[in-house]
Amino acid sequence: MQVPAPFEYERATSIDHAISLLSRRGSSARLVAGGHSLLPMMKLRLVNVEYLIDINDLHGELGYIRVEPAQIRIGAMTRHRELLDSLALLAVVPIFRDAEQVIADPLVRNRGTIGGSLCQADPSEDLSAVCTTLDASCVIRGPGGERVVSMTEFYRGPYETAIDPAEMLVEIRIPLRPHGSSAFDKVGRRAGDWAVVSCGAAVWLDRGVIVDARVGLAAVGPNTTGIPEISRALRGRPPSEELYAEAGAIAGRSCTPATDQRGSEEYKRHLAGELTRRALRRAVARVEDPVA
Amino acid sequence: MTVNGDQVTREIEARLLLVHFLRDDLALTGTHWGCDTSNCGACAVWLDGEPVKSCTVLAAMAGGHEVRTVEGLEQFGQLDVIQQGFMQCHGLQCGFCTPGMLMTARALLDRQPNPTEPEIREAISGQLCRCTGYASIVRSVQWAAAEEAGTRTATAHTADSAVKSASSGARADEG
Repeated sequence: MQVPAPFEYERATSIDHAISLLSRRGSSARLVAGGHSLLPMMKLRLVNVEYLIDINDLHGELGYIRVEPAQIRIGAMTRHRELLDSLALLAVVPIFRDAEQVIADPLVRNRGTIGGSLCQADPSEDLSAVCTTLDASCVIRGPGGERVVSMTEFYRGPYETAIDPAEMLVEIRIPLRPHGSSAFDKVGRRAGDWAVVSCGAAVWLDRGVIVDARVGLAAVGPNTTGIPEISRALRGRPPSEELYAEAGAIAGRSCTPATDQRGSEEYKRHLAGELTRRALRRAVARVEDPVA
Repeated sequence: MTVNGDQVTREIEARLLLVHFLRDDLALTGTHWGCDTSNCGACAVWLDGEPVKSCTVLAAMAGGHEVRTVEGLEQFGQLDVIQQGFMQCHGLQCGFCTPGMLMTARALLDRQPNPTEPEIREAISGQLCRCTGYASIVRSVQWAAAEEAGTRTATAHTADSAVKSASSGARADEG
C-alpha cells in the first residue's frame, strides 16, 4: 500500500491565509492543489512534507482565464479540464488545447492545475513547454507583496523553482500580439504518458514575413527551455518548409536529452527536430486559418 | 462529506486516501483499489459531480464535498441505465475495472448524452481493463446512451444478439 508519511493538514481559506500559514511553517510546509504531482511524490517518499496546506478552496479566487486585449491572465488554480474546454483560450492560443488533449487523461485533468504543473517543475511537463513557448511570466505572491518573473527565471532546475518557501504562484500571464498563432505536438510511448519529447511553437507574421517565432521543448534537458537561436534564425524571413527544417536542425542540436527508458539521446534529438518542424508548420497555417 | 447522499463524519488521519476511507471506513468496497499510482482508474469516484481517481485524493481534501461511488448508481432498487448496459452488452469480464468504468461512463452520458465512439474511448482513456474488453465496454456505453435517448429499438437487436451469441460461446470476444 502506498500511503504518504504522516503530516499535518490544514485548509487555506484565502491567498493571504495560505501565505501566512507558509510563513509560519517555513520549508516543512507545502501547498497542495490538484495533488496529482505532489501526492504520488509523497507516496514514494520522494518529498517529505510535515505540513500540508490544501488550497482547493481557493479555486473560486484563483480559477480563472481572462483574455484581455494585450495579455491573458490565468489563475494558478485553473484546472487542466478548464484550460482544455476554454473557447476564449482556443481562439487566441490554440497551443493550450493541443497540449491539454495529450496531458494525462480526463480524470487527472479534472483535478490537476496549471499552477501545480508549473510548480512541480518537471522537465518533461507539457504546460511548462507551452508557457515557455508563449513567453509567459509567473506572478508570485509572498508576505511582502507580488513579484513577476519570466519562465526562464522561474525554473531553477529539475523540480526547483524561484518560489521561496513563504510564497505561492498566483497567476500566469501570457502576452498577446496580433497576427500570431501557436501549436503543440508530442510523442509519447502510449496515450496519457509523459512525453518522450514535446514541442510548442508560436509565430507572428506581418505581410508574409515572420516577425517573431518561439519554440519551447520539454523532456530534452534539465529545464523546459526556449531556443533563442531559432527565434533569431526565423525573424524577418517568409515561412517555408526549408525554414522549418532549418529550425528543426537547430532544435535537434541545441537540446540536451539523456538516454533513458523513453528513448535514446539520438532518437530524442530526431524528435526535437521533427516536432519543431511540425509545430511551426501548424502554427503558421493557423495564422491564416485558425482551424488548421 | 456527503457520500451517495448520506452525510458522513469521521475522525481520520490526514494521510488517509479517499479510496481507503471509502473502502475501509465506510465499507463501500465497490470502489476498487488498483494500481495506487493514478494510472488504472479502478478507483474512480465522483467528487462534486466529476470523476476523479480516489487513490490520488486525500480523504481530508474531500471533506465537505460530495462523493458518489458505484454503490450510488442504483436508485430505489433500480440499476442505473449504464449498469444495465454493461449487463446487456457484456461490459465486464473479471469486473475489476468496472466500478471506475461505470462512474466515468455515467459522467460522460450526463455531459454528452449521445457520444461518438471516439468520445467514449477518450472518456475512458484514463482507465485500464486488464481483460482488454474495451470493445464490449464501448458497446455497453452506446447501449446505455441509446436506451436513455429512447432510440434503442434500432440497436436493441444487435446488442441483444451479441449478448446471446457471446454467452453461448458462438462468438469470440473482440475486446
